[in-house]
Amino acid sequence: MSFDVLPWLHGYGGLLLTGLWRTIFIAVLGYALGLLLGLGLALLRSGSNRIVARVVKLYSGLLRALPELIVIMLLYYICGDAISWLLSHLGLGQIEIDGTWAAIIVLGLATSAYATEIFGAAIRAVPSGALEAAANLGMSRALCFRRITFPLMLPMALPGLANLWLMVVKGTSLVSVVGVMELALAAEQGAGATKEYFAFYLTAAALYLTLALITLKVFKQFELQMRRGQVRL
Amino acid sequence: MSGNWLAEFAPQLLEGLGITLLIFVVSVGFGFLLSIPLALAQIRGNWMLANLARGFCFSFRATPLLMQLFLFYYGLGALLANSPTLREMSPWLMRLDAFWYVLIAFTFNFACHEAEVLRGALLAVPHGEIEAGESFGLSRLQILRRLWLPSAVLRAYPVFASDVIALLKSTPIAFVVPVVDLMAVTRNVMQNRLLIYEPLLLAGVTYLVISFFVLRLFAVIGTRMPKGWLV
Repeated sequence: MSFDVLPWLHGYGGLLLTGLWRTIFIAVLGYALGLLLGLGLALLRSGSNRIVARVVKLYSGLLRALPELIVIMLLYYICGDAISWLLSHLGLGQIEIDGTWAAIIVLGLATSAYATEIFGAAIRAVPSGALEAAANLGMSRALCFRRITFPLMLPMALPGLANLWLMVVKGTSLVSVVGVMELALAAEQGAGATKEYFAFYLTAAALYLTLALITLKVFKQFELQMRRGQVRL
Repeated sequence: MSGNWLAEFAPQLLEGLGITLLIFVVSVGFGFLLSIPLALAQIRGNWMLANLARGFCFSFRATPLLMQLFLFYYGLGALLANSPTLREMSPWLMRLDAFWYVLIAFTFNFACHEAEVLRGALLAVPHGEIEAGESFGLSRLQILRRLWLPSAVLRAYPVFASDVIALLKSTPIAFVVPVVDLMAVTRNVMQNRLLIYEPLLLAGVTYLVISFFVLRLFAVIGTRMPKGWLV
């Protein structure tokens, strides 16, 4: 390395920044997966099929009621077992599953439970008059969702989604427990190697804090953008 | 062989459950007490005090609890142990085990979450209630203790209940430092007996049961709270 990043970390600054990059990677993809799943589940839950709605409610209720750490560990092992079972039944033999991708899937599933509730509440808050007007104009359900429900629901969901993003970033630290490399584990390794525990953990905490500050600003800006033209509450 | 792990580890699991509950109850209690000055400093403090309290609270809310535990136990612990003056001054400080660091980290974490809730609730109390107290000649402390704070707590009650559950759900993270809570014993069983799902599910169900009882308790207290005057 030509220059030493974070020089007070005795050459382990690069390790910490790699960890930060992994954390951002896992958090962004896990969050995106969670939002997609959550939106789909919220639509299923508000749909006409009662049994499907019940199942979705149970899924989201159970995942939200269990401690995050236990959810992440359970899902991590279930995903690992499911994939190796699937592969052995397809006759593909064993492959090594990359921990990063497993972490993304696990975080995505855990996030989807919370996203379902946020989207569900926001969809219910869309004024029914707007939906009736769309139906009267002969819009199909897909078009109505794209043009009416989604744009009206998004600004209402955004504060909850910003909170959820913070939860996902903090949640990434939990996958270090199952040995996935990210910022928390990088800090642990660096601290263990140099015995400079305080410096490493303080730096890692500061990196998490900076990440939160910057991304929350982005969320705030996005919400202002989405709410333009609306009456301020 | 794998069937009798429950009987074999039952005493340890119960002991771990006790530690988990102790961490939970102590950090809710002290965290709530600490959240009052943190919220008041943000509302009534001068510029510096308000910003300090705000920054302190945000730091604890925006960083992972896991990192806070590492920072307190390994970071602060090592820093304290490496300082010769401190070691001579207070030998008892050196003997603090992980349990105390966990209590401090969880208490601060909960206090910072609650301060945010309490701050909003304190600001939501109508000014008339406080003016009424002033016109009765109550001192500022009396107004805080008998009007402002109770009115705010009543408003924040539902959020407070859900934050307490959130804290309960974060207690298993304590096992990353050497504290033998329920999760640590669960991990121990998993490693000793090469089991994955059974001990994890048992811990999960235990947490569900505790959450259920805590929520019942909040509901019972909620029905006994005065409601008529809260519009």
